[in-house]
Amino acid sequence: MTETIAEGAAQIEALSLVPKAEAKQSMKDFKSDQEVRWCPGCGDYAVLAAVQGFMPELGLAKENIVFVSGIGCSSRFPYYMNTYGMHSIHGRAPAIATGLASSRRDLSVWVVTGDGDALSIGGNHLIHALRRNVNLKILLFNNRIYGLTKGQYSPTSEVGKITKSTPMGSLDAPFNPVSLAIGAEASFVARTVDSDRKHLTSVLRQAAAHPGTALVEIYQNCNIFNDGAFEALKDKEKAQEAVIRLEHGQPIRFGAPAEDGLGSKGVVRDPATGDLRIIDVTQEGTAGVLVHDAHNPSPTTAFALSRLADPDTLHHTPIGVLRSVDRPVYDTLMSDQLDAAIEQKGKGDLATLLAGNDTWTVVG
Amino acid sequence: MTSQVSSPADKTDGALAGEPCTPATENGAGKEVRRLDRVIIRFAGDSGDGMQLTGDRFTSETASFGNDLSTLPNFPAEIRAPAGTLPGVSSFQLHFADHDILTPGDAPNVLVAMNPAALKANLADVPRGADIIVNTDEFTKRPMAKVGYVTSPLEDGSLEAYNVHPVPLTTLTIEALKDFGLSRKEAERSKNMFALGLLSWMYHRPTESTEAFLRQKFAKKPDIAEANVAAFRAGWNFGETTEDFAVSYEVAPATKAFPTGTYRNISGNLALSYGLVAAGRQADLPVYLGSYPITPASDILHELSKHKNFGVRTFQAEDEIAGIGAALGAAFGGSLAVTTTSGPGVALKSETIGLAVSLELPLLIVDIQRGGPSTGLPTKTEQADLLQAMYGRNGEAPVPIVAPKTPADCFDAALDAARIALSYRTPVFLLSDGYLANGSEPWRIPEVDELPDLRVQFATSANHELADGTEAFWPYKRDAQTLARPWAVPGTPGLEHRIGGIEKQDGTGNISYDPANHDFMVRTRQAKIDGIEVPDLEVDDPSGDADTLVIGWGSTYGPITAAVRRVRRAGGQIAQAHLRHLNPFPGNLGAVLGRYDKVVVPEMNLGQLATLLRAKFLVDAQSHTQVSGMPFKAEQLAAHLEEVMKQGPKEAIND
Repeated sequence: MTETIAEGAAQIEALSLVPKAEAKQSMKDFKSDQEVRWCPGCGDYAVLAAVQGFMPELGLAKENIVFVSGIGCSSRFPYYMNTYGMHSIHGRAPAIATGLASSRRDLSVWVVTGDGDALSIGGNHLIHALRRNVNLKILLFNNRIYGLTKGQYSPTSEVGKITKSTPMGSLDAPFNPVSLAIGAEASFVARTVDSDRKHLTSVLRQAAAHPGTALVEIYQNCNIFNDGAFEALKDKEKAQEAVIRLEHGQPIRFGAPAEDGLGSKGVVRDPATGDLRIIDVTQEGTAGVLVHDAHNPSPTTAFALSRLADPDTLHHTPIGVLRSVDRPVYDTLMSDQLDAAIEQKGKGDLATLLAGNDTWTVVG
Repeated sequence: MTSQVSSPADKTDGALAGEPCTPATENGAGKEVRRLDRVIIRFAGDSGDGMQLTGDRFTSETASFGNDLSTLPNFPAEIRAPAGTLPGVSSFQLHFADHDILTPGDAPNVLVAMNPAALKANLADVPRGADIIVNTDEFTKRPMAKVGYVTSPLEDGSLEAYNVHPVPLTTLTIEALKDFGLSRKEAERSKNMFALGLLSWMYHRPTESTEAFLRQKFAKKPDIAEANVAAFRAGWNFGETTEDFAVSYEVAPATKAFPTGTYRNISGNLALSYGLVAAGRQADLPVYLGSYPITPASDILHELSKHKNFGVRTFQAEDEIAGIGAALGAAFGGSLAVTTTSGPGVALKSETIGLAVSLELPLLIVDIQRGGPSTGLPTKTEQADLLQAMYGRNGEAPVPIVAPKTPADCFDAALDAARIALSYRTPVFLLSDGYLANGSEPWRIPEVDELPDLRVQFATSANHELADGTEAFWPYKRDAQTLARPWAVPGTPGLEHRIGGIEKQDGTGNISYDPANHDFMVRTRQAKIDGIEVPDLEVDDPSGDADTLVIGWGSTYGPITAAVRRVRRAGGQIAQAHLRHLNPFPGNLGAVLGRYDKVVVPEMNLGQLATLLRAKFLVDAQSHTQVSGMPFKAEQLAAHLEEVMKQGPKEAIND
């Protein structure tokens, strides 16, 4: 199990230590023999298909890919992937995956989790994985409801949600997972939608290439307990006004096309408050419109973008990669310390260790 | 000072100091030197007085001199409790001898009391006639009033039964350091080294190692290093010159007590840490520790984090759950995985332990038990996690339990726990406790090639032929003998598989809710643990005529063995056995228990092992318990055993 690949710099490509597949792979290679048991019409099917479809692109030896999940509907995901996998316990997948990834840098480790799993019972592990920047790709399926326990409100449900456990409406203010992740020092944060295969795949591709922890929030429809939760983002007409598609290096524009072909709405910084606001570029011009910089070392603008969405209507929801910055990767640092220790002290010798400095001898 | 002398015939742990003294000689300074066979010293002071360091240094000097020894550090959970108060008293007891000893001793022959609180908190343990060295500088009105002394115990006659040595330790230290240009407060801090110097003189301890230690500890502050050395030497010289200390003592090296070999002094947590490093080497697997700081287990995290050059990875997690979670993840990846904690941490880890039982992956759970429930007594010892380790999970989730019996034995116990975890692919509890963790004793350093071979074979190929003739890998197809499942680590081509906490179909490991399969899997997991090979229980019954058996587990070994020696010396016949394996029990345990009319089970809990023995073997085990946060005293335990031995078989009453 000891690593033989030596490399000096802490900054490496996320997948450079993972062996490559010997032959060309297809989507079929990543389907396990297990029958998929989600409810018909569940958004999870679309995500599973997107992941299985995108995996061959990475060209990694599939025995070096591991999916680790917690508990919840989405956490059944590893059973359907023909890779190594562990369906663990509620909320703990990031902790388990941290141990795996930090001891085995030759693996590509993915965490599949949900809004209850990652943000409620497992909130602590999520934020600490993000701040450490362990080489994990975390797919957070957010359906804004507890599905497996049959329909209680979740930490991302809107205030006042009527559910089985909140007949008079839920009282707690929801988390915005993207804001939370940025606040937790995440080096890569993205959001995408289950039904937009192309966008989803493009975000997964960027996440896979990111060295360190990548958090991808996937808005996912639960057609049984919270059907239509993201309809505002999916309905062709409404989506144009509701969704802000972020692309690095591009002006942040959305809405019905203006004369230049880009959206007629734009995001600008209010010089008085420093906050972001939305303008009609046909009225106010395009001069102040921000150009999206996912690689900005400061998380301020990414955070401000994450706050544009209205938690109730989801209007002005940014999707795409909000933040992608280089930061030392935990498992690399850990491994470097092992190398440094050997360099400084030599490879450990057990007899010397056991003897210590202060011994005496008894002669029979 | 005759009180310290015990007769050579009375070589019993914790025995009252005996009468006759061996012939006295005179040393060069014209002072008398007497020979003792053993001494118990207790250093006591404020939490900030450096008593643990003082005790450690005296221990180190004593170990390098070649005495057998046993130590008992005892300190409050607060880092710096209010100065001069009873709750702030910290003490360190050391028992050393020219023969083999088993405990830190019941009652000190010498108490060093750095302040009135230390005197008051410890006096009850000091037998009449013992020596008490007090720092008179602290016996002023306020410090005495703080602990309720209305009159000075040094003057009101209340200490008449003891040999009191009043020494102005603070004044003498400040005087000794007056040329160092230190503030009064700085100089005063070296008074523990003055005391150490004085005691080192009294007991003829070698001093070089302490001077070297001080120079290394304060390498960045040479002034402070030299001041401490000067205080240490001043203490020595004070003993040599002052008339109050007319006698010094020799305790010969315990050459006959030890088998041939090279020895060092070692604490339980250090021995356990070394055991883990050794287990990694013997298994040829990288060690991965996932841990969250908790008293009294943190020292293992500290120690293992020093050994990265052995390929040991240490991960300080965000909480107890993540600590074991990361360890379990590393186990899945092929590491020798360990998590270290104490009782409250075990409670948090329970769900993950259950997952490890279900995944059938090797994992060591090290529980350094402390007083409970809840936060309990973080710095004190107890054995009350046995039933938590045994049963503290949802569902039928059997976990093997291994318990070391002495500080040095923590090394072997760690290797044994690793053997079970790796061979049977199971989480294993290693149940140490605060007494073993912080206590120390001489350890014969093993030869590396004597250590057990712990290598395991990862699965590398398909292990099952399907009906259609194709080869498949079944993650839950078991070894016929051990019932262990294959350990197939990610990165192995063709063995891609999924495991999880949901019930699995026998063989394939696929999700299964089938009732018969669940019944089979529950019974199979239990059978695997029940079938773990553990050595038969050895019984020490020299005459073969004993009708009473005393049986214990874990750190009570020292006090029980010392008590048994006392009973036998007084002519009593008693058999003794000590359990290393609590789950599964040794195969002959039932037969052993059946051979004796009376079975006594001393434990530092309310009878947890006794409960298990009664349930499993229908034996009328008599529980004898103490949950004071302190180890049993040999004398009291011996008195209890003698009491039980006097009873007829039917009279036995549990207490």
